This record gives sequence, C-alpha cells and structure tokens, in this order.
Amino acid sequence: MQQAIERNVSYQPVIGLEVHVELATQSKMFCGCRNVFGAPPNTLVCPVCLGMPGTLPVINRRAVEFLCKTGMALGCDVAPFSKFDRKNYFYPDMPKNYQISQYDMPLTTGGSVRLASGKRIALNRIHLEEDTGKNIHAGTSMAASEYTLIDYNRAGVPLMEIVSEPHIATPEEAEQYLSALKSVLSYIGVSDVKMHEGSLRCDANISVRPAGTSTLGVKAEVKNMNSFRSVVRALRFEIERQTEALTSGERIIQETRNWDDARGVTYSTRSKEQAHDYRYFPDPDLVPLTLDDATLAQWREELPELPLDKRDRFIAEYGVSEYEAGILTEDRSAAEFFEAVARACGDGKQAANWMLGDVRRSLEKHSLTLATSPVRPAQLAELIRIVAAGQISGKAAKEVCDAVVAEGTDPQAVVAQRGLSQISDTEAVGAMVDDALAANPESVASYKGGKAKALEFLVGQVMKSSRGKANIDIVRELLRERLG
Amino acid sequence: MADVPMDINQVSLLARLPLTEEEAQRFAGQFSRLFEFIADLQRLDVSAVHATAQVIPLHNAFREDEIRPSLDREVALENAPDSEGGYFKTPRILD
Ligand SMILES: [Zn+2]
Repeated sequence: MQQAIERNVSYQPVIGLEVHVELATQSKMFCGCRNVFGAPPNTLVCPVCLGMPGTLPVINRRAVEFLCKTGMALGCDVAPFSKFDRKNYFYPDMPKNYQISQYDMPLTTGGSVRLASGKRIALNRIHLEEDTGKNIHAGTSMAASEYTLIDYNRAGVPLMEIVSEPHIATPEEAEQYLSALKSVLSYIGVSDVKMHEGSLRCDANISVRPAGTSTLGVKAEVKNMNSFRSVVRALRFEIERQTEALTSGERIIQETRNWDDARGVTYSTRSKEQAHDYRYFPDPDLVPLTLDDATLAQWREELPELPLDKRDRFIAEYGVSEYEAGILTEDRSAAEFFEAVARACGDGKQAANWMLGDVRRSLEKHSLTLATSPVRPAQLAELIRIVAAGQISGKAAKEVCDAVVAEGTDPQAVVAQRGLSQISDTEAVGAMVDDALAANPESVASYKGGKAKALEFLVGQVMKSSRGKANIDIVRELLRERLG
Repeated sequence: MADVPMDINQVSLLARLPLTEEEAQRFAGQFSRLFEFIADLQRLDVSAVHATAQVIPLHNAFREDEIRPSLDREVALENAPDSEGGYFKTPRILD
C-alpha cells in the first residue's frame, strides 16, 4: 500500500454486486404459505417457516426452475449436483436460528450479464436460499427503540442471490448491470423485480486501487441501497471516501457500511466480527438436487427471447434505431405489442414512431399504460394504414389515436363518428382548388411573381373552405400543377 | 485445553449458551477429545471418496408450487413470549 500514498496517484474502483431477488412463486421456498407482498403481519406463516421443532422443509420445484432459467438466460453452468446448507446465526429475523442457503455447491456458476453497451460482466455464482423475516424497530430510530417487532411473512420466501465478479468499473456501469439484469429477470418472469418492495435488493463490494495496478485493495461491503439511484450515489461516495483515505495515508479497513440516503453518506455498522462465523453445514433435512438433462432441456426451451436479443432483432428486422429499439424492448409486453403492430401494418418504422410518440403521449395523458389501456395492436396497425392511404390527415390521426388509446374504439369508427375522413378525390379537391384560385387573384399573381409563400396562403384557403378535410398533399400538388 | 483449536467462550457466545467456568473447563476437555477423533480421520486417505453430505439414498425431493393454508395469527403468536399488534415482540436487537 506504500506506493499508494504517493501524490498524484489516480485510483480506480473495483466493484462487485450481490443482487438478491425474491422469486415470484405462488408459495414459499420450503412450505405452502402464500408468497405475496403486503399482507397483514404474520398471516402467512406456518410451523415450517416459523421453525417449529419437528417440522420438515420440502423444496419448491418452481423455485429451482426459476433459478435454473435465470442461470440459463445468463449463460451460467447449471450444477449437475447441488445441495442446501444451514447458515447459522442468532438474529430473530430467522426463527430457526439458521437460514437455509447454499454454501459450496450453488445451483449455477459462471455466466455473465450483457450490458446495453455490449460489455459483459462475469458472474461468479447464483444460489438459492430463503428470505428472512422483517424487523420493525419501535421508536424513532433503531438505537432509541426499546423493543423490536417481527413479521415472518417474508421468512421462507424463495430468494436467489446473484453474485458478480468484481469486474464493474464505474458506478454508472453498476447501474447498467442492474438495469440489464432486471430486464432479463422480468422477461423470463421469475420475479416482479420491484426494488421499492424489496423483491430486488443490491449490496455492493467496492475497493479502489491505483490506476494500472492489478492487486485488489481492501473492500467495503455497502448495504441498504433502495434504488438504482442510491446504488450510484453510494458507490460514488465510497470511491471518494476510499480515495481520500488512501491519498492521505490512511488504511482502509474491511467492513460493512450502510448507505444513508437522506444524508448521502455511508457509515460503518460496527458489527461484531465474531457474528460472521456462520458455521455452514449441509442441511440434513434436505436431500441433494440432481437435475436431469430432459428437465433442463425443457426449461431451456421455455425461455423467451431475451431483451438485448430482441433489441438487436428489431434493429435488423424493422429498421428502427438502436435507441428506439432499446426503449421498445425495455418491457417485454410492450415489445410484443410493438411487434404485433409492426407485423400487422407492415411498417416497423411507422409503428415505432407511433408507439414512442403519440401512443405514449396519449397513454400519459389518460394515466394509462399499455397494459391498462383497452387499445389492441390491430387497431394501431389499422390507424397507421389509413394514414398511409391518405384517408385521414396527420392531424386527424392524432385525434383518432387518442380516442383509440383512451377508449379502445376502432379507428374507422372514430373517423366515421367524428367526420374525420379526408377528401382525397382529385376531382373534388380540384374543384376547391379552382375556387380558391378564382377568389384570390392577387395571391396567384404574387406566386407567379416569385413569392413562394403565396402558395401556402392558397393551401390555407382550400383547407379552410374544406373545413380541414381536404388531403393537404393533394391540395398542394394540384395548386402547383395549376399555377404551372 | 491448550490443544483445542477453538475458543470455547466464543462458541458459547454464538450459541447463546452462557457457561460457568466449571462447565467451560469440562466442555473444553470434551471438545479436545472430539478434535482427536477428527485428527484420526484426517490421517485416512479419502482421495477416492466423494464428499458426502447425505446418506439417505434420495435426490430431488420436491413439492409442487401450491399454496397451503397458513396458521391463524392468534395460533402463530400463541407460544411467543410477547407480541404486539400482530407482531412477535423481542427485546431490542441491533442490526
Ligand atoms: Zn410457512
């Protein structure tokens, strides 16, 4: 560390993330209690998840499936043999005094998370465990509380821990990692990944080292970050804190630090080191897992197309930009909706324009989402088709779009009800153009005298006399024709 | 007690089992013998033996992901030394 004390040394961070994900199973990991967020305290508990003597845990097959599917989606190796261990500790969030977890034989190893930038962050492992109960500290702060209240509804909920290698280079890259991971998990439907409800939680290991060196510095484990934003802020704070400490010749100690979002700082939790002796040993109540090839092949088969693959395909297949494709594929059902529109109307570029433009605006205006709006892909495709065919004007199309999004009415019905049909018949438009020319000889003269702007005045006159229904492109075309 | 590679006081702390000085001495002696047995085992050649965590000849004992009724809260809290507002209540704990 001596050379690190030199002045003018720039430091680079080394970051690894541990992400805990609650799996969206119906029931808990080892018992049949319902797995749902927000129920009244201690209403989803039974002798198994309360750790009563004489009870036996039984593995929820769906939780194993969800973890393996996650592993497969991230290119991990699924272990042919895996087991569960007891992590022993005394803390009342687990009534058994141990948490069932996986120590030395996790379900998957290796794999990586592909970021939107194309960079891959290698994974170390993914293992399965059970979530703990929730402590509520009575009083204004934990230190001031006289007692602790415990809700065991969450105890025993299937929890997957995804551990990255320390290959994340910046706080921003950590955010990209989380967002890519969240997207994959939500695509494959294994979790509802809601950070604010705790179904996605993230701890970070971070150290800094002189730029260009390869030895790892002493790391801090940062906890209690409740949003992507706070992960970025906490990591930035830690980089600064550790860099300052090393620059002024201090030593960094390995410790756990909590993020305080309100104050924007991390602080040492000063946890007793002896408490970290978890004395892991294989859980004698649970027999090992050996997943057969047929089961694994079937799970692999059931995996959907992943977000970044979909993004790349949209770019190639529909000619949308990388930026557009990125937004269109953020959410799986929205991506599927877009694709249905694109296929039905045969114009992916237009479908993207509508989805990211007017449809989005209308949804926001009516406080709707694609899921809650009654709009169907076929309706938007129809709208795009009738605009392309010149049946309605671009302006009328926006009005139709709004009605379709808000009420789910067919575009043709909205056009008929509101009399939005455009007059594209050349003869009818021609007659209106002739009238306008006859009524405005000065404008005709000034156009012929070189004033191009006069044409727009004439266009305006025709639109006015048609009450906006004349096809503006045809109006313009006929005016030019007639004015030579 | 000197050759016991563990701190009996730390173990009793982790296990939340307060020991008297006399008990600590006695258990330390017993643990010491246990470590001798383990030392014996460690002299065996096990290079050809797979690590075994379970002797029951069973794998993959699963249950389907089905919801079963939970306990009534009153029943769940019945044996708790203390409760409040539907919560288990414990003395203040530190994180
Ligand atoms: Zn239960």
